[in-house]
Amino acid sequence: MSRSHSSSSAAALPLPAALQGDIAVWIFLLAELLAFGVFFLAYAFARARNPALFDAAQAGLDRQSGLINTLLLVSSSALVAHAVAVVRRGGSDAARRAAGALLGAIACALGFIVVKGSEYAAHFAAGMELSSSTFSMFYLCLTGFHFFHVVLGLAVLAVLWRQTVAGVYRLGDVNGLESGAAYWHMVDLVWLVLFPLVYLMH
Amino acid sequence: MQYASQAVAKPYFVAAIGLFVGQIIFGLIMGLQYVIGDFLFPAIPFNVARMVHTNLLIVWLLFGFMGAAYYLVPEESETELWSPKLAIVLFWVFLAAGVLTVIGYLAVPYATLAKLTGNDLLETMGREFLEQPLPTKLGIVVVALAFLFNITMTVLKGRKTVISSVLLLGLWGLAIFFLFAFYNPVNVVLDKMFWWYVVHLWVEGVWELILGAMLAFVLIKITGVDREVIEKWLYVIITLTLVTGLLGTGHHYFWIGTPEYWQWIGSVFSALEPIPFFALTVFAFNMVNRRRREHPNKAATLWALGTGVMSFLGAGVWGFLHTLAPVNYYTHGSQITAAHGHMAFYGAYVMVNLTMISYAMPLLRGRQANSEKSQVLEMWSFWLMTVSMVFITLFLTAAGILQIWLQRIASDPQPFMVVQDQVALFYWMREWSGVIFLAGLLAYLASFFVGGKPAEARAS
Repeated sequence: MSRSHSSSSAAALPLPAALQGDIAVWIFLLAELLAFGVFFLAYAFARARNPALFDAAQAGLDRQSGLINTLLLVSSSALVAHAVAVVRRGGSDAARRAAGALLGAIACALGFIVVKGSEYAAHFAAGMELSSSTFSMFYLCLTGFHFFHVVLGLAVLAVLWRQTVAGVYRLGDVNGLESGAAYWHMVDLVWLVLFPLVYLMH
Repeated sequence: MQYASQAVAKPYFVAAIGLFVGQIIFGLIMGLQYVIGDFLFPAIPFNVARMVHTNLLIVWLLFGFMGAAYYLVPEESETELWSPKLAIVLFWVFLAAGVLTVIGYLAVPYATLAKLTGNDLLETMGREFLEQPLPTKLGIVVVALAFLFNITMTVLKGRKTVISSVLLLGLWGLAIFFLFAFYNPVNVVLDKMFWWYVVHLWVEGVWELILGAMLAFVLIKITGVDREVIEKWLYVIITLTLVTGLLGTGHHYFWIGTPEYWQWIGSVFSALEPIPFFALTVFAFNMVNRRRREHPNKAATLWALGTGVMSFLGAGVWGFLHTLAPVNYYTHGSQITAAHGHMAFYGAYVMVNLTMISYAMPLLRGRQANSEKSQVLEMWSFWLMTVSMVFITLFLTAAGILQIWLQRIASDPQPFMVVQDQVALFYWMREWSGVIFLAGLLAYLASFFVGGKPAEARAS
């Protein structure tokens, strides 16, 4: 990425010399991505064997909710990235502004949970189960695992917010913040593949 | 040894090794029964030999884990054991229960044993690996709870480390999941489903935590690498273990009457189960390469590295071979399973116990390391046992492939026993590999009796 393309808040930053965040967290994230990746492949494989079933079932999904949730997660990720940038740049009210951005991210995550929860409520009211069909199995597993990651991510964001307010993260000591942020971006990234794959692609 | 109460680990290690010898002898007996069906019949029928072989394995591994906990926890917590006396009492209770159970298996027919021990009060017997009579099962629970109490109290009064926390988590999980041994639904599908809560969630779940903690402890001691680094690895490994291993239980639910979605969940998550084992291998080698001291106990270092490699091969690679549902459709319950079982148990749990014993036993006997001569013999035993186990695994894999082909894939499939006759050559080769394994085990025993001047640290 060239510097001219980066956002104004990040432009002033020196490019990080090493991996941002903790190496152990990155190994964990790669394993998570691998797990989702294998599941996506299995989904593609199962879909190819039974396109009619998947087409019909996918048509019944609430794309609008999916789209809203996509926007919520992307916004949330952007706010977290902004918080990291603010803290890294330092300054007198950096902690306050970063905490504000994190609160925004938490609000977006809560929004995601409400929207996804209402989708689930509708599915379960209609009698959807893991064993209803191959599609429902994939749909519930994929979105369900992702949902749990969002819930866990919410806890991570809450910790990041508290630490930020407490002034734990300062210039040169942002490892925890960056690690948590990396996790949250992973949750976002998985959804960015999941949404088109399950809701849109025919 | 830094704390006097660590000495209670010694009888546990000795008993573990003694029962290990018994396990191998019964392994050889049943290995021979594979090819000479009436060998020792009716004194020791095949099903009894098998039961003794597998039960002794589990009991000696548990002795090893308990010994390891008694050795490791005081040192990690920087305090004496809460009650060394309780540990010694429990040792004798557990040993007596174990020996009586094996005598029961050998002395009377299994059905008689069931009647004598009150199986009609609460039916828990007759399931693979959980064959123990009710009094033994209750004894295991009592011993486990008292042991956990002792260890937990020790951790609570002393320093809390990641290693002791992970170990405790694993040991508590071990005790809690064992409770499913008492739950025996009439419905055969549910019976099997909950049976795996013990068997799978032990070896592919909580035992891995115990293994990780034990290996991390030994690696800190022999490499002198910063605790912080080793603990970070331990975190990664146990997270990966739990992420993959818990839902990986699904790979047992493909064809037993459980819903179809398990074929997907089981395949996906268990396909990832090799990752934590691979991480364990990388961890062990990485730490030894970054060592900051030359520990005089070279044998313990060898066992530690061996645990990483062999657990990855046995549990990871040989598990992956038949873990995907479309593959398992053919391989289910064949000699492939036996091949995997042998190398996984040896590579992961036998070797981690031997690592711990190799590190701790010299210290318990008042020296930092055994003499060069003794260590050389121990390393011989490492290679004899490990290489012969590789061959046992390869021969069983060959037998399995042939068995699956003749019995399940060929254009005119043949019945089980007819096929067994045709793969006998591989069973013979497996048996001879087993003899080499026994030779390795005898060399291992002998290494404890080789004297000489204790090895000292080389200046690095």
